[in-house]
Amino acid sequence: MTKFPTSDSRDHTVSFSESGPSGSSGSMNRRRFLAYAAATPVLTVAIRLGLDSAAPATAAAVVPSPPDPSEVFDIADAIVYASKPTMGLVVLEVGEDGQVRLELPRQEMGQGITTAMAMLIAEEMEVPLDHVDVPLADGRPELMFNQMTAGSCTLRTFYDPLRVLAATARARMIATAGRQWGVAPDRLSVRDGVVHAPDGRNASYGSLSAAAAKLSLPDLKVSPKPESEHKIVGTSTPRIDGHDIVTGRKQFTTDVAVPGAMPTMLRRPPTIQGTVEAVHNAAEVEQLPGVIGVTTVPTGVAVMAETFERARRGVNALDVTFGPGPIDGESNESIMQQLRRSIVPLAVPEVGAQTVDAEFEWPAANNAALEPECAVADVGSDRAEIWSGFQSPIVAQQRIAQELGLTQDQVTTHVMPAGGGFGRRVFWDAAMEAALVSQALGRPARVMWHRTDDMRHARVRPPTYNKIRASVLGGQVVSYEQRVAGAATDFRQGLGEILTYSADAFPTVGPRKAVGNDLFEEAVFTLMVSSPYNFGAYTKEMIPVKVGDGSTSFGMNTTSYRSVPCQTARGCEEIVADELAALLGMDPVDFRRAHVKDDRARAVLDKAAEVAGWGKRMPAGFAQGVGYHLESRSHHACIVELDARDTERPRVTRATSVLDVGKPINPLGLQAQMLGCLIDALSLTLTAGLHIVDGLPLEGSYSQYHFARQDDSPLEVHNIVMPPNDGRMGGSGEVGMAAPTGAIANAYAKATGNKPRRFPLHFPVDFEPIPPGKLPEPAFP
Amino acid sequence: MPSYTFTANGENVTVDAADDEPLLWVLRDMLGITGPKYGCGINVCKACTSLLDGEAVNPCSVKVSTVQGREVTTIEGLADGDTLHPVQQAWLERDVAQCGYCQPGQIMAAVALLQRTTNPTDAEIDEIENVCRCGTYVRIREAIKSAAGKLG
Repeated sequence: MTKFPTSDSRDHTVSFSESGPSGSSGSMNRRRFLAYAAATPVLTVAIRLGLDSAAPATAAAVVPSPPDPSEVFDIADAIVYASKPTMGLVVLEVGEDGQVRLELPRQEMGQGITTAMAMLIAEEMEVPLDHVDVPLADGRPELMFNQMTAGSCTLRTFYDPLRVLAATARARMIATAGRQWGVAPDRLSVRDGVVHAPDGRNASYGSLSAAAAKLSLPDLKVSPKPESEHKIVGTSTPRIDGHDIVTGRKQFTTDVAVPGAMPTMLRRPPTIQGTVEAVHNAAEVEQLPGVIGVTTVPTGVAVMAETFERARRGVNALDVTFGPGPIDGESNESIMQQLRRSIVPLAVPEVGAQTVDAEFEWPAANNAALEPECAVADVGSDRAEIWSGFQSPIVAQQRIAQELGLTQDQVTTHVMPAGGGFGRRVFWDAAMEAALVSQALGRPARVMWHRTDDMRHARVRPPTYNKIRASVLGGQVVSYEQRVAGAATDFRQGLGEILTYSADAFPTVGPRKAVGNDLFEEAVFTLMVSSPYNFGAYTKEMIPVKVGDGSTSFGMNTTSYRSVPCQTARGCEEIVADELAALLGMDPVDFRRAHVKDDRARAVLDKAAEVAGWGKRMPAGFAQGVGYHLESRSHHACIVELDARDTERPRVTRATSVLDVGKPINPLGLQAQMLGCLIDALSLTLTAGLHIVDGLPLEGSYSQYHFARQDDSPLEVHNIVMPPNDGRMGGSGEVGMAAPTGAIANAYAKATGNKPRRFPLHFPVDFEPIPPGKLPEPAFP
Repeated sequence: MPSYTFTANGENVTVDAADDEPLLWVLRDMLGITGPKYGCGINVCKACTSLLDGEAVNPCSVKVSTVQGREVTTIEGLADGDTLHPVQQAWLERDVAQCGYCQPGQIMAAVALLQRTTNPTDAEIDEIENVCRCGTYVRIREAIKSAAGKLG
């Protein structure tokens, strides 16, 4: 038992400060008077320690496995823990126009957190949803570890503090009206942001805001609504930015109107992380039509111009000598060989045991967010402003300040909503480039990577090799071992610091020791990759491998990818689960039902089987497949139907997804996350990967990197979100990756008779690679 | 530098641009019309999909010289004042978008499809090549069918 999260105290204190008129707008109705900060500790999250693995009758015949660390304390707990001390600095404001505003210290990249936050606020304050604004906060260093978007835990982190904060604002409004009218607060009610007295008097939040800001209320008693009274939370609610999106008004990084910020592209080396040795014709390129300036930064040679096309042409006109990069000698096969060699031997199975032995390979993959790497920077001699889709704006601010020779407080990082992230935006590569270019050229810069560079030079999901041995003895699974070797994942984006800070709270020696040794990846693996089955002796191990010639501190340039190690590692386990079921002569769903540790797991499997019509007769070339996954405390089951009549181009025609997050805030948003994960997993399983050849991926655009399109997408999806159950909230941004991976691979095995081992399953070089160096021409007719 | 005049979302505009300047950068970098998004620059991701005289085009691969005197409609010009186009409305009703970056292009591609046919088949919807990295395809399909029902 650890001490930190066991409190179920509802004690909280509320501090109060006044914010003057909004700096950006002088108009009276935009003034924001009332600002509340909920000082820590707010409502302490009651995390149940202990295991939910009471063995039900159906699982009596299986060999139990010991609890897995992630069941007790997962990566989200680390982030929640590290966020807590500064949660009191998060502020809710109420304007004289009645608008409620939360500057959210997180990244909105499509996952729907701003909508969910607005729902929580509207619920507690009794205001319509469109009275709530949730812009993204600039980088705020005083928030310490509380401004990193990762680990599927934003709602888990904010659910209690934000409800207390909003309830406090509501209570102050009521108290203020009560004083003005001489009526006891408990006789007042609120509807749609208006306080009502029994005699018919009423006052809007906007009209009360200024007075409420001045009122001293030392004895204010606040408690959030009982969940049983929730009217908005738990109901399907469309995105609050939907209208801006469909009208083209939503602003992304390159859309921001920063005066004088001119389009800039870079000429990059012919291999990943190559270096610039000499630029031979910068002065000449500067004279080209529309070109404004040329400068060299560590990652390439930048050309600023009047338009991105003039910048692209300038880039192509450059004559540059490049030095080698750290993986010039590496290709997919050589990397995989190195990973295979790094695996420590598996234990010898017991005499008489039957085994499933399997090896799986996953190549590097590109996060491939549709918005490419981009940033706008305006750097002066003693200050800098940067706009980008930051997931970790505080660490970005620190690192950029260092490179610019400024102090951290001289650098402002404006967090723009990202056009997709999927793990890419935990780093700030384009922001660093924009800052350096702006500093060098003495004017604001709008840096965007050409898609071809984004495909080839952006950080990748590390390639991994999985070796698994499971053994069966006396009709039971008695052991499961999994070793994963992967190109080391870079965690220098802030998560490493969060893990170090949280290490004292870790429940077991394993991850704590790993963090102590700066082996963050092993800690992340232990804190994320669940072992949801009773497979007897159960071991999983991650071996991070530095790929490359040692010329860079980290080897291959990597980042996290949605669900980090889970999609591949757990996806492989789901394939082995089907092969174990076959060995035992069991149906794959029955096998999972018998071996999962948790009734909630069984419930999502049962629901999926029922809705999907599991076991129904399928035409030749078609098959069903099932997968189950547990991550960030959420349970997910997926059953697909695969049309594999054309084995070169199988299509998922129908999918059933059943998600249990414990406490759904916005079912419509959760369903969106499951759709997104399904398409993501489908792509990585069937077609999407990078062919690295001699230090550079061959893939140079979406015509070559085969992320799914409409004609790869299922025609029918049954997307079920289970009702609230035990009250513990799980995550949703990543949990949906592994079950469809297993389901699709298992359906493929059944339909084709081929064991899925190397991914993506269909991975030819079916295109003419764009030559390295110059950026491709527009496809004019 | 030559000068080109065309209609952008109902407004006459004149720009001085190289004849081979892609329309996308004329719209975004010169006219500040940022609804059409960059995703590839070689007409394969379709994020910039807009209408040229009512037909779907990809401005990243259209020379500005070829739009002289013609009518360009981007996502910003689709609604009739505050009244959304039925496709935009269907997008809201189905809560299609996630990050939203590709959606202007998806919507314009759907509008172009529904101008060709009021009752698109699944196979015709499959022909829309616009990449959605968030994976909203299932809702896009539903929204197109819903909008078709209203337009038809």
